[in-house]
Amino acid sequence: MLRYIYGSDLPRFPNLAETMFLDRADQFKHRLGWEVELDDRGWERDEYDALNPLYVIWENVDGTHGGSMRFLPSVGRTMVNEHFGNLTGGSPICDPRIWECTRFCLSRGAESRIAAALMLGGGELMRNFGLSHFAGVFDARMVRIYRMIGSSPTILGESGTGREKVSVGLWAYSPEARLRVSKSAGISMALSERWFERAFGALQLPLSA
Amino acid sequence: MPEEFLVRLEQAQAFEDLQSLILELRDYYGVSHMVYHWVSANGEQYGCGTYPPDWVQTYIDKDYLRIDPVVIGCYQRFHPVDWRRLDWSSKASRALAADAARFEIGSQGYSIPIRGPNGQFALFTVSDHRDDLEWDEFTRENQRNLILIAHYFNNSALMIERGRTPTAAKSLSPRETDALTFLAMGYGRGQVAEMLEISEHTLRAYIESARLKLGANNTTHAVARALAEGLIITGGATNGAVGNWPGRYELQGKQGVA
Repeated sequence: MLRYIYGSDLPRFPNLAETMFLDRADQFKHRLGWEVELDDRGWERDEYDALNPLYVIWENVDGTHGGSMRFLPSVGRTMVNEHFGNLTGGSPICDPRIWECTRFCLSRGAESRIAAALMLGGGELMRNFGLSHFAGVFDARMVRIYRMIGSSPTILGESGTGREKVSVGLWAYSPEARLRVSKSAGISMALSERWFERAFGALQLPLSA
Repeated sequence: MPEEFLVRLEQAQAFEDLQSLILELRDYYGVSHMVYHWVSANGEQYGCGTYPPDWVQTYIDKDYLRIDPVVIGCYQRFHPVDWRRLDWSSKASRALAADAARFEIGSQGYSIPIRGPNGQFALFTVSDHRDDLEWDEFTRENQRNLILIAHYFNNSALMIERGRTPTAAKSLSPRETDALTFLAMGYGRGQVAEMLEISEHTLRAYIESARLKLGANNTTHAVARALAEGLIITGGATNGAVGNWPGRYELQGKQGVA
């Protein structure tokens, strides 16, 4: 199932957090060979994980991490602006209706539908929180995956070549993309909404005491 | 939404400008209330909006900031919140909701948290009496513009009050401020503990933590420092809300507080 967890709440999900940061080490350090730092536990965590981001995480049936991505508001500190400013077309991305999405990670051997499930979760954030776009940093391999699951970003800029190619892109919200992604994930929109409500609360009337 | 509002928000020079803009925006959107609320690291509250002054004072007097599900649900987060999604089940939050109903704040609310620099935290809220379906439609239609407006308010507030951006090192908690203020007013420890409804043991802990924060050698020194740095004000006002809450000055006049 999909979980939406702020960094400050991760300690309540120790197994999920540990397997997520280990899977990130596996993907970004070992498989992609990016210059990322691992801590003494072997976790890949960076300065942006310290800013209390919102994670969207696919939790496997056994409680471990299947895939995840990390969101931060673009009006604050972001990786896109601080490290990939040369790829955003001259001006920083800074808009209260755009969140940055980084560290899109899939555990080794994850089913392809997990990537689609994560995008479905991203769509819930956009739809429910009035966002117009996500801005993301991703590796070359992801371009194909995004196309496959029916949610391709508009690429703003790229650097490097081959396996080391890194791109900055923008995803816009569209109901059609939501439908495509829901189909790729094999998850109904109703189920996705229940998972969202589990994390952020269902609509109930508060002040009728 | 007329772009004109955003331009005027950007050009705001003083809190009075923000106050008159929030009144206009409330009327433009046809909602019961609209509030921009800044909460500093030491619990100080600050802002502008359309809440009745008596409600603002009740909120401060009852220290609702500490139990308000809206503040708790938004603090350190960045997604906008429909009040219906929050947990209103505790006794304290039900009391807050009942009080809010008494002041006709609205049965619906939508709050947008804002993370500013140096741990600055602000909330922009609209509240109303629409029913569920109407409120769903209202938020769906307007949430993007409200998010934009919220950030324009915060940017202008930061510009206007640049000097207020809290510095962690020299801010006292409300209790520490209360303790030092009463000591500065000449009360003994026993009396201070009684007034704050805490034990002398707890009072000692507050004084000690305030002393350490201020880098003072002893209590007298700490009180002197806090006075000199404007962290406490004697003569009646303790660490209540400051800033241009609507009606704040009228309320002060009524109570004879300078």
